Amino acid sequence: MEEKKLAISDEKLEVFISNILRAGVALSAVFMLSGGVFYLVQNAFAPALYHTFAARPGELLNLRGMAANIRAFNNLGIMQLGLLILIATPVIRVVMSLAVFVIQRDRLYTAVTFIVLGILMYSIFRG
Amino acid sequence: MDTLHFTFFIWLVGIAGGLLGAMTGLGGGVIIIPVLTLLFGVDIRYAMGASLISVIATSSGAASVFVREGFSNIRAGMFLEMATTAGAIIGALLTAMFAPALIAVIFGLILLFSAYLSLNPPADRVDRLPDSFTARFRMNGSYPTAEGKKEYSVHNVTGGFSLMFAAGALSGLLGIGSGAMKVLAMDRVMRMPFKVSTTTSNFMIGVTAAASAGIYIARGYIEPPLVMPVILGVLPGSMLGAFILRKAPSKKLRMVFAFAILALGLEMLYKGFTGRF
Repeated sequence: MEEKKLAISDEKLEVFISNILRAGVALSAVFMLSGGVFYLVQNAFAPALYHTFAARPGELLNLRGMAANIRAFNNLGIMQLGLLILIATPVIRVVMSLAVFVIQRDRLYTAVTFIVLGILMYSIFRG
Repeated sequence: MDTLHFTFFIWLVGIAGGLLGAMTGLGGGVIIIPVLTLLFGVDIRYAMGASLISVIATSSGAASVFVREGFSNIRAGMFLEMATTAGAIIGALLTAMFAPALIAVIFGLILLFSAYLSLNPPADRVDRLPDSFTARFRMNGSYPTAEGKKEYSVHNVTGGFSLMFAAGALSGLLGIGSGAMKVLAMDRVMRMPFKVSTTTSNFMIGVTAAASAGIYIARGYIEPPLVMPVILGVLPGSMLGAFILRKAPSKKLRMVFAFAILALGLEMLYKGFTGRF
């Protein structure tokens, strides 16, 4: 009885994952679009310079620098927030799957998902 | 070119990339990177950064449709993601050590390979022979077909896992989804049904790309003003592509797509070898 209440079917898991993906993508698009519109209003006639590679200043290359931009809520910061939400979407999907496998008492896939999450975390926080 | 026009054209490239990427299961990267570099003269590192992010958008946008309809094999996908994410980190770290010309050459070869695969689509067949490993890992599943739900078995996880590691490394190295190679691993090596392979690949691509994204950001490959129009184009494009894919892509479309990436691949190779990157 107790087991049944806790169990989440694979079909429910699928719908749940689908909703997370949709929400993440939609939210990201809203920020990208609004940041993009502000950016274009301010820079419409500036030349587009992407022909040569020049790394941005350091504060744009890590989470702390991005957080400062996002708090300032300038056009770059709004777009970066959209970017981070988009990158976080598959990661959150993995976290949610982990939770579901734990609830399902599926030890095998709890371990598998935990390893995938560990690799993702290593990549995100080493930079 | 001023930023307004540039952004508009890149947006159109994003729509085309998302549409074709979702319909073929190859991901948008194989279109977006060569078009940005060859047509718009964008530095290949910026193009790779924009592509990597757009690949996450394509994957999440299309997967939200496929997962709901029960095509994707979530367990097999999660299992194989151990290989693709580990490979992606290695690939992303290697990118900084390779000259852009070398990356262009590797990219060209991948395009030729993708064109070959597009021209030789495997027949959709269902295999139900038992396999003790995949049974223990509960990877065998079922998927909807015109004749109702069909059960299938999964095989040769060792072979598929190794190929997935390579697919992940290429994804991190080039900023693409490596969809062609993921489909190859599932469809031909693990003998999963084609439709299950393409949709599960689509599903895995986002997680694989997210594993390289941290490293790409730290290296400065990801330029928000360039990424913005790509994503905003790729999203509607990929959703439309996933919607159209419900009816299998026509042979004619496959041919057109294959020849387009064949041409882009040859151009990448030529420019890579003549040192124009």
